[in-house]
Amino acid sequence: MAMSRDEIFSEVQEVLVEALGVDDDEATGEATLMGDLGAESIDFLDIVFRLEKAFGIKIPREELFPIENLMSNPEYVSAGKMTETGLVELRTKMPHTDFAAFESDPDINKLGDLFTVNSIVNYVESKLNAA
Amino acid sequence: MRWIWIDKFIEFESGKRAVSVKNVTLAEEHLHDHFPGFPIMPECLMIEAMAQTAGILVGEANKFQEKVILAKIKKAVFFRYVRPGDSLRLEADIESMAPEAASTCGKILCGEKLIAEIDLMFSHIDQNLGGKSFPEENFVFTDMFKSLLQGPAFSETD
Repeated sequence: MAMSRDEIFSEVQEVLVEALGVDDDEATGEATLMGDLGAESIDFLDIVFRLEKAFGIKIPREELFPIENLMSNPEYVSAGKMTETGLVELRTKMPHTDFAAFESDPDINKLGDLFTVNSIVNYVESKLNAA
Repeated sequence: MRWIWIDKFIEFESGKRAVSVKNVTLAEEHLHDHFPGFPIMPECLMIEAMAQTAGILVGEANKFQEKVILAKIKKAVFFRYVRPGDSLRLEADIESMAPEAASTCGKILCGEKLIAEIDLMFSHIDQNLGGKSFPEENFVFTDMFKSLLQGPAFSETD
């Protein structure tokens, strides 16, 4: 049975509340995982494990949070900014993400802001629809 | 692992589950200070016992090729005091396993009584931490702890 977006959202919210020890009113759609909710690298794996369990899906390595490999490639990153090629690659790898703000200033220090609660909901939604 | 805080394994199912025993004794000096006249096992040392039980379970799953370190305490809830003379049973199950990390859930029991629930995450540090390099030798799993991997839980006959 298909889950509605609201149902997915509240399940994702619950995962984040458990994994990051935040309150559910902090985990709004626009909240960024690192900046607003204080996630660290190990938390991303924790979140992946919990999402797999909560939704009964398999999340391949690098699919939900794929930036690490992009960052180390000079073709994609130059002088602290994401290059055009990098942005294209990023858009292909993270179709569930809203890039509007990032594209106007592709500072790699702001890459973390791309991971919002909504981007996870989008990802899970696309994953469930594909299944 | 540089110090051993559990006494033995009594069950060991590779890649799945391990059960260990930790006997608590008043000969442990910290119990004299924690607290004077009221010796109880510090909760952080219960987490250590679980980290060793679950950490060895995770390490053994990859035949100790990975350096496994405790990365996150997902949950630690304590229900009762542990006193000298208590024999703790630590049960750890692998919940998820990926190339870079593993998560486990565990319970500590004393007899039938539930003492604590402790869920942990371990990182395989060579696969992680953005390409930082670590010494070749496996400083986590040294020969010291290997004596734990002998005994009834590991042999076909008792």
